[in-house]
Amino acid sequence: MFFRVAWLVMRKDLTVEVRSREILYTTAFFAVACVLVFSFALVKEGRPLEDAAAGILWIAVAFAGTLALGRTFERERHSETLRALMLAPSPRAAIYVGKLLGIVLLLLVVEAVLVPLIGLLFNVPILARPLLLTGLLAAGTVGFAAVGTLFAAMLVRARSRDVLLPVLLYPITIPVVIGGVRGTAALFELPPSGEVAGMWMALLLFFDVVFVTLSLWTFEPLMTE
Amino acid sequence: MKVDFEEVAVRELSRHYGRRRALWRVSLTCRAGEVLGLLGPNGAGKSTLLAILATLLAPSAGEVRYGDIGLRDAGPALRARLGFLSHDLHLYPELTARENLRFFARLYGLDRVAERVGEALAHAGLSERGDDLVSGFSRGMRQRLALERALLHEPRLLLLDEPFTGLDDASVGALVARLRALREAGRIVVVVTHDLDVAEALLDRLAVLKDGRLVALEDASGRIREHYRASIVSRTP
Repeated sequence: MFFRVAWLVMRKDLTVEVRSREILYTTAFFAVACVLVFSFALVKEGRPLEDAAAGILWIAVAFAGTLALGRTFERERHSETLRALMLAPSPRAAIYVGKLLGIVLLLLVVEAVLVPLIGLLFNVPILARPLLLTGLLAAGTVGFAAVGTLFAAMLVRARSRDVLLPVLLYPITIPVVIGGVRGTAALFELPPSGEVAGMWMALLLFFDVVFVTLSLWTFEPLMTE
Repeated sequence: MKVDFEEVAVRELSRHYGRRRALWRVSLTCRAGEVLGLLGPNGAGKSTLLAILATLLAPSAGEVRYGDIGLRDAGPALRARLGFLSHDLHLYPELTARENLRFFARLYGLDRVAERVGEALAHAGLSERGDDLVSGFSRGMRQRLALERALLHEPRLLLLDEPFTGLDDASVGALVARLRALREAGRIVVVVTHDLDVAEALLDRLAVLKDGRLVALEDASGRIREHYRASIVSRTP
């Protein structure tokens, strides 16, 4: 029942997004623009500042993620469909998981565009440890989106939700972003340091477990106004 | 666990938003086979009461009992017996009518999904438009579809927040007929409306709210306009 509902919600979100492509195009365009602007500022004569690539990748992911979270829940607010989801006789935590998976998938698609662009513009070895890089990105994205989905759902009817979401989200997800940046920077070094990246990935997985558990625990009471 | 009830009882229900009082010590009962109307000026607390009955809003004080079940024990089994239609309609415009119904039918864990969806589309008069996106529907078509979405799981308690807004006369007539049929089928129907003509044609009892207080609870007996005016005017300072 739990996973069936999560799957249904995620599939519905993806169907809506495939029809409109609104969030994907907006977030991808925003993230690409962000990387391009930073590349002009931080790459001199073909040589980027040390560790700049990793920082810019995660800044773009965090900003694009905030945009995606806001738009996803704006959609649910538009016809008050979030209330209809809350009324269903299914575990409310499953609805949270469905929304979370939809946002994570969307951000992974954006990251699939961003990483080659970063590799090209900042001249970093993105294919040196591809599995570890994918794992780091996935773990960091889950941690960021876990907190973001909870806050975006909670703020859906708040008048100043667009201001409140980043104000609440960034301080709490700073450890995830730092872990992502340090781990990715270790992979972008020459030679790449898999050991250091692995340590940061373990830390990110720990944050994922903590954030997802807390969110599952608090989603239902927070969503009952 | 399947839950059923013949009566919904509201006792001394209050709700505050910060320092603002939206509902104050409201008590009323609605029974199976009855259409109860919630009337009152804007900001009277009608939608707040409906949201509490739908388990979407927690009361600040007082209790709601669905037969033997209290609001605080409300879980998925109780939610499976509630149908709620607000004026925001709860439909995804990017999905087709059929996809909307199918999604909610599966979310509710219903059996015979295709059959139920087909019946719901027929009831809404949208069998021919089932595969069209909801974004292309008129307000009346969306309203009919939204009502069928709320009825898909055959709820015992149906809560409707201004369901007649924006409908033409034919659609209002069809909706009134549908709600009468639900009353005959033993459902409990609670309707928030400002339309006194429709209220006279449909309601069995009316509850009038003003500034969060219940100022009248009476049998409709075809004189709703008089009851409503009397209760609002007589209590205006």
